[in-house]
Amino acid sequence: MYLATLGRREHTTKGKLSAVGANVFALGAVSLVTDVSSEMVTAVLPVYLVLGLHLGPAAYGVVDGLYTGATALLRIVGGYVADRVRRRKVVAGVGYALSAVAKLGLLAAGASAAAIGAVITADRTGKGLRTAPRDALITLSAPEPLLGRAFGVHRAMDSVGAFAGPLVALGVLAAVGATDPEAFDAVFVVSFCVAAIGVLLLVLFVRDRRTPPVAAGTVSPRAVAALLRGSGVRRLLVAACVLGLATVGDGFVYLLLQHKEDIATGWFPLLAVGTNLSYLLLAAPLGALADRVGRLPVVLGGYGALALVYLLLAGPVSGWPLFAAALALYGTFYAATDGVLMALAGPLLPESLRTTGISLVQTAQALAYFASSVLFGLAWQFWGAGLAVGVAAGGAVVAIGVTFVVLSPRKAAA
Amino acid sequence: MKTRILIAVLGVLVLAGAAVAYVGFASARGHDVAATGVVSLSPGPRLLFRSTADADRGHVTTVSAIDPGGPRTVSPLSCARVYAAGGTGLCLRQDGDLTTYQLAVLDAGLAVTREIPLVGLPNRARVSASGRMLAWTVFVTGDSYNGGMFSTRAGILDTATGDLAGTLEDYAVTLDGKPYQAADLNFWGVTFTRDDRHFYATMSTAGHRYLVAGDFAAHTVRTLRENVECPSLSPDGTRVAFKSAVDGDPANGWRLSVVDLASSKVTPLAETRSVDDQPAWLDDHTIGYGVPRGPGHADVWSVPADGSGQARLLIPEAESPAALSDARTGR
Repeated sequence: MYLATLGRREHTTKGKLSAVGANVFALGAVSLVTDVSSEMVTAVLPVYLVLGLHLGPAAYGVVDGLYTGATALLRIVGGYVADRVRRRKVVAGVGYALSAVAKLGLLAAGASAAAIGAVITADRTGKGLRTAPRDALITLSAPEPLLGRAFGVHRAMDSVGAFAGPLVALGVLAAVGATDPEAFDAVFVVSFCVAAIGVLLLVLFVRDRRTPPVAAGTVSPRAVAALLRGSGVRRLLVAACVLGLATVGDGFVYLLLQHKEDIATGWFPLLAVGTNLSYLLLAAPLGALADRVGRLPVVLGGYGALALVYLLLAGPVSGWPLFAAALALYGTFYAATDGVLMALAGPLLPESLRTTGISLVQTAQALAYFASSVLFGLAWQFWGAGLAVGVAAGGAVVAIGVTFVVLSPRKAAA
Repeated sequence: MKTRILIAVLGVLVLAGAAVAYVGFASARGHDVAATGVVSLSPGPRLLFRSTADADRGHVTTVSAIDPGGPRTVSPLSCARVYAAGGTGLCLRQDGDLTTYQLAVLDAGLAVTREIPLVGLPNRARVSASGRMLAWTVFVTGDSYNGGMFSTRAGILDTATGDLAGTLEDYAVTLDGKPYQAADLNFWGVTFTRDDRHFYATMSTAGHRYLVAGDFAAHTVRTLRENVECPSLSPDGTRVAFKSAVDGDPANGWRLSVVDLASSKVTPLAETRSVDDQPAWLDDHTIGYGVPRGPGHADVWSVPADGSGQARLLIPEAESPAALSDARTGR
């Protein structure tokens, strides 16, 4: 592909964001719109379940457990199916459509906790199905040297949607009158319409790169097993697990900040806003930086930022400097790792099994993250918050070392 | 490409139009109500509750305790949760936008005497019999330990001294006689004793839920027994009404029961439906509680506290019940 190579070089030297390709922007727009839709619901769901439907804490917990548990395995299945039929766009589209329909399902579910649980499971199934094919499409839509930037642009657009969603929900509630149960129905209906726009944009503007038909057996359970035996993928999975283990969970970080400073609980929701803002602003620039100086150093730098966050939580700094530094660094950590890790993984996976590979990496990281959250909870219980966060900081430093050893030699050889 | 853009524009217009039209349609059905009378929180044979009727949803309302199905007195005040005793009221209500709530302390004439901002969704509200001590519980989203996304925070306010415990999580915990600390401590459902110092509440940690006895002055709590949630102390102080998870698993629903504090004897009540509410003693022999009925609607039911009889519908279109009569005098 001589022409493509030429174009890529030209774009690289110009350093423009548009160089990442129209398909990445189309995918970014779909994610943006879809995130507006899903964050609208996320913002009002607790209020709806607790105040509207009178679900108690435990019932809410059961519903919420479905939320987290439902996606892990489906992600891998979805990735495999997408590779098998060589239609990543279709599988992603099914995922987007499923989540869109689930918004109307919330209307139909009424006050039945079981029905709500089923609807939320469907919604998360949709998310599980679409994430890996979408990321695989991004890796196939941008020239390899610009992947970091492509993921950065996508993640920035994605978080703009996440930012706007709750605001749209507030607007709808304000228009209808927030105490009215009909206000929640209106939020769900608007959320469905927005999600449907996302599906429409996907269908019309996202192009699947139809790779040529591959030889029989290239996408088979045996091929996946062979992929897992390959040292490249194994090292990626080890790195994903180690990095997941180093992350103890947003809730803990915010809780520690709150404990340390004893801030009025009124400020609590603003902590997540601060992190998101930093993530949104830095995702694209750090992705571009990753393309220039290498993706591994940026990922490692991100975990360095995480270690600093833990140290700040244990250290003597206090007051507003602590909040500003901790939240900025925490957003930096996400911006430097979330998309960049995918940009790092994409090229190391064979094209025929790329979606499966990406879903394996994401699932490994998610499971490790879940485990680390549980472990950190136990550490807090038995050792106290100070020691637990010290150990977490140590864990982040160890993760940097392990990731460097696991991922760098082959990278240097390549 | 041109056709695709045209389809996209048309599609977006249709969907956006549908969304706007639905919001307009829903807001046209919205309405607000005028008060129908003057609600007083002073002790007397009346029942206080939050109305769930379409006409006056959310408004603080009273009915006669002798004729609970009779005429209702609707106040202009709206709350998500309400409770009152001893001439003091507690209203948990929305504060400006969607995600922030506040606690409003009410005097006997429903005038707001103090406002405290809350983060989280109001869930339980209680006032001590004298009207001096206030307690509330909110669900907090954002404490995402153990994979879940909610936790609870229970607070207590002493209206006589102004002392405020924003969260019981800072109290010294004794579990089965041993000091205990954990990140996943959650408290909810506080109920006060007559001395305005001690209280009972629910504490959950590591998947277990306990009845705890607390001391507001000493900032301590200790566990008493397991699988007791949302306790409510009887007016005579001898029994605690509560809900307990069926077979110890909240997924199976809850059974209303009463435990005698002296003998530890537990009596399941005649209500066989799952009830997820903090029971309220309407008098020394009767328990009242809300049962939701579809989105936005609920009814208050009552059941004898000794396990006999059967549950009966007390006040339709109501929740958050509180008896305003003084249990000592019955008036």
